[in-house]
Amino acid sequence: MNSIVKVENLDRVFDVSKPWLNRVLERQPKAYLKAVTDVSFEIERNSVYALVGESGSGKSTIGKIVVGLLGKSGGRVEINGVDLETETDSAKVDAVRADIQMIFQDPYASLNPRWRVRDIIAEPVAALGGKTEGLAERLLEQVGLSAADASKFPHEFSGGQRQRICIARALASEPKMIVCDEPTSALDVSVQSQVLNLMSDLREEFGLTYLFISHDLTVVHHMADKIGVLYLGRLVEEAPRDVLFDTPKHPYTKMLFEAAPRMDGFGREVEPPKGEIPDAINPPSGCAFHPRCPLATDLCKREQPQMRRIGDARVACHMVE
Amino acid sequence: MENPILSVRNLVVEIPTRHGILRPVDNVSYDIHAGEILGVVGESGAGKSMTGNAVIGLLTRPAHIKSGEIFLSGQPIHSLQGDALRRLRGKRMGMIFQDPLTSLNPLLTVGEQLTETIMEHLDVSYAQALDRAVAALDEVGIPAARARINSYPHEFSGGMRQRVVIALALCAEPELVIADEPTTALDVSVQAQIIALLKRLCRERGVAVMLVTHDMGVIAEAADRVAVMYAGRLAELGPVRDVILDADHPYTAGLMASTPLASQGQKRLRQIPGSMPRLGQLPTGCAFSPRCEFAQDKCKQDPGPTREACNGRAACWFPLSSNAKQEATQ
Repeated sequence: MNSIVKVENLDRVFDVSKPWLNRVLERQPKAYLKAVTDVSFEIERNSVYALVGESGSGKSTIGKIVVGLLGKSGGRVEINGVDLETETDSAKVDAVRADIQMIFQDPYASLNPRWRVRDIIAEPVAALGGKTEGLAERLLEQVGLSAADASKFPHEFSGGQRQRICIARALASEPKMIVCDEPTSALDVSVQSQVLNLMSDLREEFGLTYLFISHDLTVVHHMADKIGVLYLGRLVEEAPRDVLFDTPKHPYTKMLFEAAPRMDGFGREVEPPKGEIPDAINPPSGCAFHPRCPLATDLCKREQPQMRRIGDARVACHMVE
Repeated sequence: MENPILSVRNLVVEIPTRHGILRPVDNVSYDIHAGEILGVVGESGAGKSMTGNAVIGLLTRPAHIKSGEIFLSGQPIHSLQGDALRRLRGKRMGMIFQDPLTSLNPLLTVGEQLTETIMEHLDVSYAQALDRAVAALDEVGIPAARARINSYPHEFSGGMRQRVVIALALCAEPELVIADEPTTALDVSVQAQIIALLKRLCRERGVAVMLVTHDMGVIAEAADRVAVMYAGRLAELGPVRDVILDADHPYTAGLMASTPLASQGQKRLRQIPGSMPRLGQLPTGCAFSPRCEFAQDKCKQDPGPTREACNGRAACWFPLSSNAKQEATQ
């Protein structure tokens, strides 16, 4: 198989219980939030895999688990065939760690304000004991800034330039895979297009693979090769871009596409979607989407639908043929 | 045409700083009619929120209105202070803020906040105010309004909270509502609900709405006319369909072309070089001229073009001809 990342039956549960004494006094059980449940997908080498979903759907949690910033509660995550959590050979672990990097959403919060840009960019290499001479200068030019910027501090840059610095830092260890968590959500439209174009260029130049996390459907449509739609911690549909956008199958995907504002939707009167994302601590029985779903039947209330392959897509819905 | 609800004329907002005087709003004029939604778009720092705050009298020192006039249904309101302004705010002008959690008082129930506003502005008893509050919550689509009126803001979800904020802005039946990024903090499906709600209220009540946002999709679907701001100035103002499909100003055209459109597929995005200049470092002449591919000598000379001087939809000496437009969007 030519996949760089393989995620199998990934689970992540957060303990959101009140402190012990409160629980005893108020006679409350422990409370658990299932952020990610039974998510499986593979990312092919040199492709862009996008995860979309609304807030609370678990997309950022999956991104953090894939890079290893967060532990998992169950399942397997393999990068180049190595599971970071169980692998004992430290040489393999180090190699994989250098192979995978991350770009965060907020370029104002993800750069240390007391470090010079040179040190920020060289850090991923310095941390593994590599040579960093001239590295920052070279990378800065690759992301469209100038080598002289290396001795400046982050506050001297605008939001778009900061995100370029973040991209340069992610490239420093010559990774094969970058996890991008809402990389352009904090940027203005004209700057967003610059950053997206840069990411596309770098992908071709270095043969990168992206796991692209976003809530913005137009950005995802522009960037992704394959898209996974998340709802309340579960993958409800996964399909190649054109298949998903031309023929969305899951009722949630359809609702999401219908609700997204469109540039050509002048005076469009949409039937606004019903309801909101339910509480992840007490999710609905059966299919989590059934209270909002126009197709829901008794079966949907009872039984959690499994992912099924339909054509080029994978869909978790009882009612879709 | 009937008289506009809101009329802004040559508005200038200034902020004196140690490094000189900044003009976050520079010579801006527009009207909003009853039952109309005017979209105000621009990138961060373009002055769109500052314009809204100036209208409703929420500028905080040292920012102040330097010159220009603001009329609400013909009455000048730009020089109102203190009590006179307070009677106007809430009663005749409502405001919807971006973050519904920080714009509600966490220590008061939703009902207390609504009845307080209603009794401040309308001459009604507490029981009547309570009925109106329930009706207001009902109208914005909060289920079981009578029961939920004693809930605190934290007991509502984000979308429901924004509905409460809208109810609060509308409960004294204002003529004008200023919605400053009302859906930016919300998810797509909830955003669609809130936009549909705003449109319905605007249509049914004949309220004039100023919708400030950076999301062109929201503008396209909700607004009747759109004002595009750049570096504190009005770049273009016109009917939403014309401005989005057939922009006259090179900045508007660039903005549209750099938005990833679903129909565009995976073509490379068109990008506007550089970023918006800081207010302290504005170029002379047209503020967009350093980033504009069509800029000529006249554009770089003082003073920058205004819509009035250019006699058109866009504040541009050389509005895009149809040929240039095709080039700009390809």
